[in-house]
Order: sequence, then structure tokens, then C-alpha cells
Amino acid sequence: MTAPEKSATRIETQDLSVHFEDRSALNAIDLSLSPGEIVALVGPNGAGKSTLMRVLAGMLPPSHGRVLVDGQASHGPNACIIYVPQRSAVDWTFPIDVTEVVLLARRKARSRLLPYGGADREAALRVLTSVGMEPFAHVQISRLSGGQQQRVFLARALLQNGDVYLLDEPFTGVDVPTQDVVVEVLRELASRGKTIVFATHDLHQAFTSSNRVILLNRTIIADGPTSEVATDANLRATFGGTSSMFDLVDLMNGTAQR
Amino acid sequence: MSWFTQHSEHTFMQNAFMASILVGLICGVIGVFVVLKGLAFMGDALSHAIFPGIVIAYLLGANYLIGAMVAAILVSVLIGFASSHTHINNDSAIGVFFVGAFALGIALISTQRTYSRDLTSFLVGSILGVSRDDLYLTAAVGAIVLLIVALTRRELTSIAFDPVFSQADGINVRLYEQLFFIILSLAIVISLQTVGNILVLALLVTPATTARLLTDRLVTMIGLSALLGGLSGLLGLYFSYHFSIASGASIVLVATAFFLIAYVFAPQTGVLTQYVRRRMHYAHPERDVFPDM
Ligand SMILES: Nc1ncnc2c1ncn2[C@@H]1O[C@H](COP(=O)(O)OP(=O)(O)OP(=O)(O)O)[C@@H](O)[C@H]1O
Ligand SMILES: [Mg+2]
Repeated sequence: MTAPEKSATRIETQDLSVHFEDRSALNAIDLSLSPGEIVALVGPNGAGKSTLMRVLAGMLPPSHGRVLVDGQASHGPNACIIYVPQRSAVDWTFPIDVTEVVLLARRKARSRLLPYGGADREAALRVLTSVGMEPFAHVQISRLSGGQQQRVFLARALLQNGDVYLLDEPFTGVDVPTQDVVVEVLRELASRGKTIVFATHDLHQAFTSSNRVILLNRTIIADGPTSEVATDANLRATFGGTSSMFDLVDLMNGTAQR
Repeated sequence: MSWFTQHSEHTFMQNAFMASILVGLICGVIGVFVVLKGLAFMGDALSHAIFPGIVIAYLLGANYLIGAMVAAILVSVLIGFASSHTHINNDSAIGVFFVGAFALGIALISTQRTYSRDLTSFLVGSILGVSRDDLYLTAAVGAIVLLIVALTRRELTSIAFDPVFSQADGINVRLYEQLFFIILSLAIVISLQTVGNILVLALLVTPATTARLLTDRLVTMIGLSALLGGLSGLLGLYFSYHFSIASGASIVLVATAFFLIAYVFAPQTGVLTQYVRRRMHYAHPERDVFPDM
């Protein structure tokens, strides 16, 4: 086994299942995530994508099985795993500006006795620049558009500086330039040996931006390099056979031939 | 100000002024988090739930501030327990529980011969009864509350703004909420003598809400809220003395007056400000850079 970077973290799940009351949301999930991978987690609504991410992030205890972080059983959130939820449960009217939102990620880096200093603000500005939000550094959070808000949360995740990034639907509801910014940021992270997992229904985004795809519908339908997983049979098994499937398969084939 | 020096010859008046200003300031600071976390109803419930504890301390002949603090800490632990372990987080359940506790307090105090006088002083405060010792205790407890707010400001802000992020970032959300309920109860307890059980909610909510109308920055909001709270305490007590009205009511009315002024005249959010801006807009539509209709 090769470890690209000393800081890189490996995550595994063993026979992971999640039940809500009597319904099963995830069943017997075994997977292993390695540094440098960009993994697209693809499945229909209710497939359990968000649930899987929350379990990996330590936000939700599994009903069965376990999550291993670097071989150790994980209980609760881990500083090297950064989770960006699907919908932010944020109080939009909160008196806080973009820089201060990003600075929330520096909480652990500073003593509680000291205020944030120039180095913190520079770091905040640096991550804001990388998502193209530096002109908005002092704008109150509610005055941003939805896509701009998502970029700010991505910037905050960058400043948290973890090894594993779990992004739930980072491409939903954002325009093409923002999607491109997100992809660029994810590739840059992966090139530094970080592990990226993003959930999506957008097959185009899943197939063009990842190097590994996990097709999920309560269980793992397929898992492997993007070009191998994207088959007609796999997609039908995941999404069910509908007329629009043919478009998706065409799209997928077009992508695979690139 | 001559009226101040004149009245401050009397120690009790001095104590009363110090206590009102202190309590206004402390409630102003912690009230910011009450308002931002949407806990106004919880603050009200807390102040009522502490009541039977105070009465018990009083009946036992213990210092009622200290008794109240014990009760406050107990009650806030119970609230944390109730809201996190079971599903009693809907408003009506909290309401039923705390009004029940309040009734228990009234029932206990009604066994006393001096019932109505005692009850009144609990409900609306008895500012002129503030002793030097009470004042020191108020200052000490207030200092602890402010110190805890200062030390946990990042966690409190993070949780109030984005609870899911806070949990993922490793903040023990339940622990900090518990701690917050405890300092909130302490702030309520030290306010009881000044404004009483019924009106303390205004000190927690009104200055902070007013401050929110005036700024979009949290630090500024905390500073303004403390200032408005302290000023309400000072002016309120002055008017109370001058016009012979109940001190708690007077303090709250001053705080409310500040709110109404800000509501109408605030530079960004004021009702009048916005009206004037709209009128200027109609009078000079060519000034409109982004026509939105
Ligand atoms: N907190 C919860 N309580 C009960 N059931 C839940 C809870 N969270 C998720 N579920 C159920 O688990 C299943 C998977 O939900 P999940 O949110 O993980 O799906 P998803 O793949 O992220 O869907 P989407 O594409 O719509 O975001 C759904 O059937 C949902 O109803
Ligand atoms: Mg989801």
C-alpha cells in the first residue's frame, strides 16, 4: 500500500446498515476510500446518499456495522473528515458576514482567550479567493444568492483543512460557472492527496468530474472506476428502467468515450 | 448630573442604580444569544420555572438569591434533559410544564401571612431592597456570566448560526446549550430583585432586538445591546423615582421606547427610513440603477 501524504486518512465501512424506525435506509455497505480519489455517490432520491455521508462524517451512528478511520473504529465527528450538508440548517438572518462565516472554521486553531488575528483573516481571504468570493468578503450572509452561499460554505470547508471531504449535492441549484469552480476546487484537493466524496443525481456531473463512481440504492449496486461502472445495466438497477434512461445511457457512453 | 449626586447620598438609591445598570448590561449581552437562538419563550419559561425554587429558599430562610441559583441550575439541567432526551421540544409542552411550576411557587407562597406583599415583590421586583451584599452578589454572578459568554463566544455563535456545521466541527452542542441555559438562568436570577419575575423577559429580549435593528455585525450588536440595557436600567430607575412608578415597569418601558425609536428611525431597517427611501425613489425614478418592476 502506498500513502501519498503523511496526513492522508483512509476511511472504510464494514457491513454498515442504517434503519430509521423499521425502515432500512442503508444495507450492508462495505467500501473503502483512498487518498486522492474523487468519488461520485450516485443514486435516486431516498437512495441513502445523505444518510451514508452523515454516517461517514460521524453525525449519525450506524444501526449495524462500523466506520473505520485509519483502521480505528470511529464514534462521532472526526477533525480530519469535513462534511458539507445538502441543505444548510443556517439562520440566514444571523448578523454575520462572509469572512466571519469562513472564520468559524478557525475556532480550534485559536485560543479562546485571543481574538482572530491578521493571519486568520488572510487565511479566510485565501479560501474565499479560491472560490471566487473575495469581493463579497464583508457582505452579510443573507444578501448572497443561493449559489454564492454554497461557495462560502465550500470556502469554510476548505479552511477546516481536513483529509476527507464529504460534499452532499454540491452541484444542485448552482449555475455552470459555480459548478466549474467546485470541480476545480475538488480536483485541486485530490491532487494534494485528499479524499473527495460528492453525492449527486446529476449523471453528467458524476461521470465527468469523478474518477470513481459508487451507484447506491440502499445497497451498493456498483462501485469502481467511472468508465467501468457507467453501464446500462447498472444504471437501470440503480434508477429503475424509465424511458429517459436511454438519454442517460447515451450521455454516459459519450462521456466514457472521451 | 445633579439629580444623580443628590439622590445617591442615599446608599439604597446608589445600590438601586448600580443594580439596575448592571442587570441591564448583563441581560443585554446574554439577550443577544437568546434573540439569535430564538429562545425568547424559553427565557420566559425559565424565569417562571425558577420561581418555586426561590419560594422554597425563602420559606427555608435561606438567602433567596442563592436559593434561586440552585433552583436555576437544577431547572436548566432539567430543560436540557427534557429537550434532548425526549421529544418535549414543542412550545405548548414547555408552556404547560412551566406554568405548572409557577403555580406551585404561588401555592407555596400563599401559605405565608405576608403572602400578597411577598408575591408582589417577587413578581415585580423590589429594587429599593437591594442591599450592598445583594449588589456584590449580583456583580459577582454577572461577572461569571460575562466571562463564560466571552470564553464560549465562538461556540455559542457557531451553534446559533449553523448547528449542523457545529456538530460536524466537533462542538459538543448539547453541552454548550446546557451551559448556556445555566448562565441564562443566572442572569434571570440576578434580575429578579430589579425587575421581577414577569418583566425580566423584556430585559433579555428588548435591548437585543433593538440592537439587531441597528447593526448587521454580531460584535456591534452585543455592545449596543449591553449599552441599551444599561441605559434602560439607569433612565428607567430615574423615571421611576421621578414619577413614582414601579421600577421594573419603568425600566422595561424605557427599553421599549428605545425599541420603538429604532423601529421607526433605524438607518437601514427603520419603517420611516424605508418609507422616505421609497418616496425618493418614486420622485426620482431616474436614480434607480436596477429597475425591479
Ligand atoms: N432522520 C430521518 N428519519 C427517518 N427517516 C429518514 C431520516 N433521514 C432519512 N430518512 C430516510 O432514509 C432514506 C434515505 O434518505 P437520504 O436522505 O439518505 O436519501 P438521499 O439519497 O440523500 O436522497 P436525496 O437524493 O433526496 O437527497 C429515505 O427513505 C428517508 O425517508
Ligand atoms: Mg440527500
